[in-house]
Amino acid sequence: MKNHRRLESGGRVDRSKRLNFSFNGRQYYGFEGDTLASALIANGVKVIARSFKYHRPRGIIGSGIEDPASLVELLDENASGNNLATTVILKDGLKAKSINCWPSVNFDFGSIIQYFPKLVPAGFYYKTFMWPNWHLFEPSIRKAAGLANAPQVPPKKGHFESRNAHTDVLVIGSGPAGLAASLTVAKTGVKVFLVDQNSEPGGNLLSSKLFINKQPAIAWVDDMVSELAKMDNVTHMQNSTAWAYREHNLIIVNEREVDNSSIIERSWRVRAKKVVIATGAIERALVFANNDRPGVMLASAVQTFVNRYAVKVGDNLVFFTNNDSVYSYIDDLENAGINILAIIDSRKKIPDQCLSRAKKIKVMANSILKNVNGYKQVRSINVQSLDTGKFETISCDLVAHSGGWNPAVHLHSQSRGSLKFNEKIAAFVPNKSIQNSINIGACNGTFALAEIFKETNQLMSKLSGEVKSESREDNFEVDEQHYSIEPLWSTDLSDEKEKAFFDIQNDVTYDDIQLALLEGYSNVEHVKRYTTGGMGFDQGKTGNINIIGAIAEQQGVGLDSVGTTTFRSPFTPVSFGSINGVRQGSVVLPFRHTPVTKWNLEKGAFMYEAGARWRRPGYFPKKEEGFQEAVNRECETVRYGVGVYDGSPLGKFELKGKDVGVFLDLIYTNIMSSLKPGAGRYGLMLSDDGLIFDDGVAFRIDENRWFISTSSGHSDAINQHMKKVLTFDRPDWDVKITNTTNQWNNATICGPLARQLLEKLSTNIDIDNEAFPFMTFREGMVAEIPARVIRVSFTGELSFEINVAPRNMLKLWEKIIEVGNEFKILPVGSEASHVLRVEKGFLSLGHEVDGTVDAYDLGMGWLMSKKKIDYIGKRSVNLRRGEKSKGRRELVGLLPHNPNEAIPEGAPITPKGKKVGTEGFTTACVWSVVNKRWVGLGLIEDGHSRHGEEACIRMKDRIIRAEITKPIFHDPDGKLLRS
Amino acid sequence: MLLINCPFCKERNETEFVYGGPVGVDRPDPNAVADQEWVDFLTLVPNPTGPVFEKWWHARGCGEWFVICRDTVTHEILESPDEKS
Ligand SMILES: [Zn+2]
Repeated sequence: MKNHRRLESGGRVDRSKRLNFSFNGRQYYGFEGDTLASALIANGVKVIARSFKYHRPRGIIGSGIEDPASLVELLDENASGNNLATTVILKDGLKAKSINCWPSVNFDFGSIIQYFPKLVPAGFYYKTFMWPNWHLFEPSIRKAAGLANAPQVPPKKGHFESRNAHTDVLVIGSGPAGLAASLTVAKTGVKVFLVDQNSEPGGNLLSSKLFINKQPAIAWVDDMVSELAKMDNVTHMQNSTAWAYREHNLIIVNEREVDNSSIIERSWRVRAKKVVIATGAIERALVFANNDRPGVMLASAVQTFVNRYAVKVGDNLVFFTNNDSVYSYIDDLENAGINILAIIDSRKKIPDQCLSRAKKIKVMANSILKNVNGYKQVRSINVQSLDTGKFETISCDLVAHSGGWNPAVHLHSQSRGSLKFNEKIAAFVPNKSIQNSINIGACNGTFALAEIFKETNQLMSKLSGEVKSESREDNFEVDEQHYSIEPLWSTDLSDEKEKAFFDIQNDVTYDDIQLALLEGYSNVEHVKRYTTGGMGFDQGKTGNINIIGAIAEQQGVGLDSVGTTTFRSPFTPVSFGSINGVRQGSVVLPFRHTPVTKWNLEKGAFMYEAGARWRRPGYFPKKEEGFQEAVNRECETVRYGVGVYDGSPLGKFELKGKDVGVFLDLIYTNIMSSLKPGAGRYGLMLSDDGLIFDDGVAFRIDENRWFISTSSGHSDAINQHMKKVLTFDRPDWDVKITNTTNQWNNATICGPLARQLLEKLSTNIDIDNEAFPFMTFREGMVAEIPARVIRVSFTGELSFEINVAPRNMLKLWEKIIEVGNEFKILPVGSEASHVLRVEKGFLSLGHEVDGTVDAYDLGMGWLMSKKKIDYIGKRSVNLRRGEKSKGRRELVGLLPHNPNEAIPEGAPITPKGKKVGTEGFTTACVWSVVNKRWVGLGLIEDGHSRHGEEACIRMKDRIIRAEITKPIFHDPDGKLLRS
Repeated sequence: MLLINCPFCKERNETEFVYGGPVGVDRPDPNAVADQEWVDFLTLVPNPTGPVFEKWWHARGCGEWFVICRDTVTHEILESPDEKS
């Protein structure tokens, strides 16, 4: 196909660099410098997409991020769901297709909907799909209203990346204001970041043919850019959209077309001392019947396509306007060979400056464009004179309309800055800044170039003072420009049958807005949600203010009192990949390892994540051995021989100071301060609301030094808790806390043969039971390694927890395995230790401790000191038990009547197995190697007084009956662990 | 994302910190207050708009707790509530 709508010369496309691309399966070409939209126009493609709700054919309306209609899906190596054709940079081999249409863009089955408009009025979804459940209707509606599918193939090779940056000044926008501001500030020597969403700097100057200092404006842009490029303190990035303005001047910038082929997109988190917002203005649409037909475009877009991309958008053009800006396009468009048939101006009095530019053109004052004829292409328009009421039809193929200009206040508003309505330009402009930012240029409501430079100079000299340097005076000589407007929020459509759109992207019509207002939705936020006007990817950039204007008119108030809807990030759509950066898979939260991890993996361990991102072995299956066999083997080893367990992830803290004893008495429920050096105690920690927070052990090293251990997953929370208490409640106490979780690793040898093994390992500690009893610790050498050996037991068997420095851990571990060989030692995973602790009835946080139980419920009332007048949680536990001590769920053992039947963990217990509210549930159930049967633990109402009764565990299809017992199935007197 | 001024580490990103709630009333002597007072202490957490003293923990930094005064409307971090213009 030929580029038959391309102009012979001009524009910023490079005609020597031809780029082939395909759209909906057809081959075309364009040039370097094109967007997909400009290349499609150059090839005469008019229908790009089908609309969201009515499936009307849609063409290109804008020339950049403001376009509300031209969504396409990119295919193959650029695969990406929803992209505006106007922002897709043309590349050789690009493949794109339309979305929202089936079977094709030219014959769309869904377009039949438009002949039954009453089927889909405003609030349609809310009203229609209430009963019985929205989810019943969702899939078919999604299909009808769908955006593009998620790409079927992964994106091109490479990755997304995030970077942090700090700067003195961040300038957003490289239009005339942004460039002038950047250079002024950069010359003072401070660090400047300049970002702009466009592929080229210059902003609006890229599309206009203005002169600065008697030179084409674009030459001035080049001068500024090359001057900035020479400065070391300036970082200038194009294709970089500042899409979110967060607290404390954090701006998130998405950089595309990164200068590194392995990076798809880069997300910058820029923290700036001062932010200069120079984001320009966005043209708004006018509302008239069939204002969405292909060939109806924003006037500024027509100018941009002609001047920047050198494409002749149409042959016969009609302007429709309420302001001055279209008059400045006349010469450029006529020079491109476009025949301007008429200018329809809704104003009664048109300024002389405008009329003098349109001497040879038919200017129709006090007239409105009534209707557009044509379906896939504009054929003609009907215009009505409001003076005479008479109609006239003009044949044309292009309608260029302008409803005025909206300053792009999005970022200012995201920063929580306030807005005010400026009557002179009939638009919202920034009022007060909340953060350290200023608005300059068109986004501040200043449109004429001369004024922009003046304002920039004034504000920058103020700013330069703040960033400690002097300013400079730049005087740019520029063309005279003028701007005036009389708002026209909507043409009169009261007796119009054809659709007129406020929000083209969401197919929100004049009727929808009227219906919402009629039904009492008067708040602009409610109108938005009821009609979906202003939602979606374009966030109503061209249509929102018209909706606000329509509400104001209907209510007879000013736009200020209607207000705007909330501007939210992202300013333009951002890919999830960019937001995510490299945080994928295990990089999101890296795993934590002990020095034994590699050994575990080599021995074929099945690894689990065991809280706080610790990676631990679950069990060590032999070849062709199932889960249960492996776990049984490990359990039997501990019960009848000796096993070794890597306990390194346990939370460990050392506490020092003369008040540690009283501090431990405050945070644990039992008394710790009476411990003698070398001895320790098991304890419970509560939070002040009386709930169990953690369990662990505390040992005294000497008069003023202690150490405690906590559960692996809770060590961070315990650290936070202890320091919070000390900082805010007991600031005068002498307690220093050091987190030693990563300073001590441990291998715990456990089982009846543990003492024999320790002896074989050789140690200078007297390990006789009399000399080194249960719940004490000793320091010495084990296998020639300095060690702290602690006699605690989490399995119910004789255990020695051998703590060493991490650098010695693997050596110790391998020595234990080597020496333990004659005792048939096995490494023990977390599954076996779960079985062993259930056999003993030891509690586990998250199983038996669920945020409702207290120590009494668990049969551990003996841990709740009666002697201490206060400890954290005491008051709340007593308060709660005073209210209700009967009917509490208490910890019991569960022995299924059928010893070979397991009870699923979490299974509910109901009275007599009836289909009624539960009276408890199963917290754990394991195959007991000592009892050769399934044993379980559960929480059941008044369980302590129900031993011997039957519990009915209610499953979906059956009832499991079990005997309620004491929650202990092995060595009830604890003789073994003290042996 | 806030930029929080840790008295020990200076300004750091909010992601390094854990919020610890507003500074409320001191923990009362549990043996000296009535049941309702104790319940109020546990459950009535102030949540005003404007400048509020609040607790933060520099979890991914020095590991210390400290207090800042933050305007909950503007996120401005102030020396004291009186500084508010
Ligand atoms: Zn710190």
